[in-house]
Amino acid sequence: MLFLEKGLVALDIEPDSAEDAIRAAGKLLVGRQAAGGEYVEAMVAAYREKGPYIVIAPGIALPHAKAESEETKAAVSFARLKRPIVFGHADNDPVDLVFALASSSGSEHIALLKRLTMLLNDPGSAEALRTAKTAEDVEKLARQASI
Amino acid sequence: MLKVLCVCGLGQGTSLILRMNVESVLKDLNVQADVEHTDVSTASGTAADFIVTSNELAQSLPGHAAKIVVVNNYFDLDEIKSSLQGALPS
Repeated sequence: MLFLEKGLVALDIEPDSAEDAIRAAGKLLVGRQAAGGEYVEAMVAAYREKGPYIVIAPGIALPHAKAESEETKAAVSFARLKRPIVFGHADNDPVDLVFALASSSGSEHIALLKRLTMLLNDPGSAEALRTAKTAEDVEKLARQASI
Repeated sequence: MLKVLCVCGLGQGTSLILRMNVESVLKDLNVQADVEHTDVSTASGTAADFIVTSNELAQSLPGHAAKIVVVNNYFDLDEIKSSLQGALPS
């Protein structure tokens, strides 16, 4: 399981659109061999087809897709946007924190979502992620918050 | 027992997060319920007492017999608690 380790974190990127933001977070998964390019495009397609419901908290989007192939490993990446972007959600826009989920089925997938939920259920976490200075800071935060 | 469906677009990512938090809130409230997660098209054909989902997806479930509970912030246990309390029979 790969959970917000520093190689899966990009801070203050400047995508032009919601779709580009999803691609940027997805690219981090590809870089760590947690997903392939097709999976990233499937996340973009899911957003396009099913809408902005992936913005599940103020400023926080969780793009994901159905894993079609074996090459997907349980992983979460994190992209922080320098300028918040409108995803089209009625209440939670604009988005500045994007967590891309490489989905696998089974117990690892559930354990991964549990860790992410534990991290973000803490009201201080979003603020700490917004002010983290380095990818190492994010990794440390993720490790502490979800033991 | 009450049946609660947590619903998202694909039925495996955000609905599972919602389910974890709904389960912990219901436990807090001492409410026994069977909580499941699923995608929006399966949900439209599934009987339940309550459906918990986002505002967007709630609009894709018109006419469902279940009581729809909308949650905006999936990580805000207080919001989930007060939304569920408002919907539950007292």
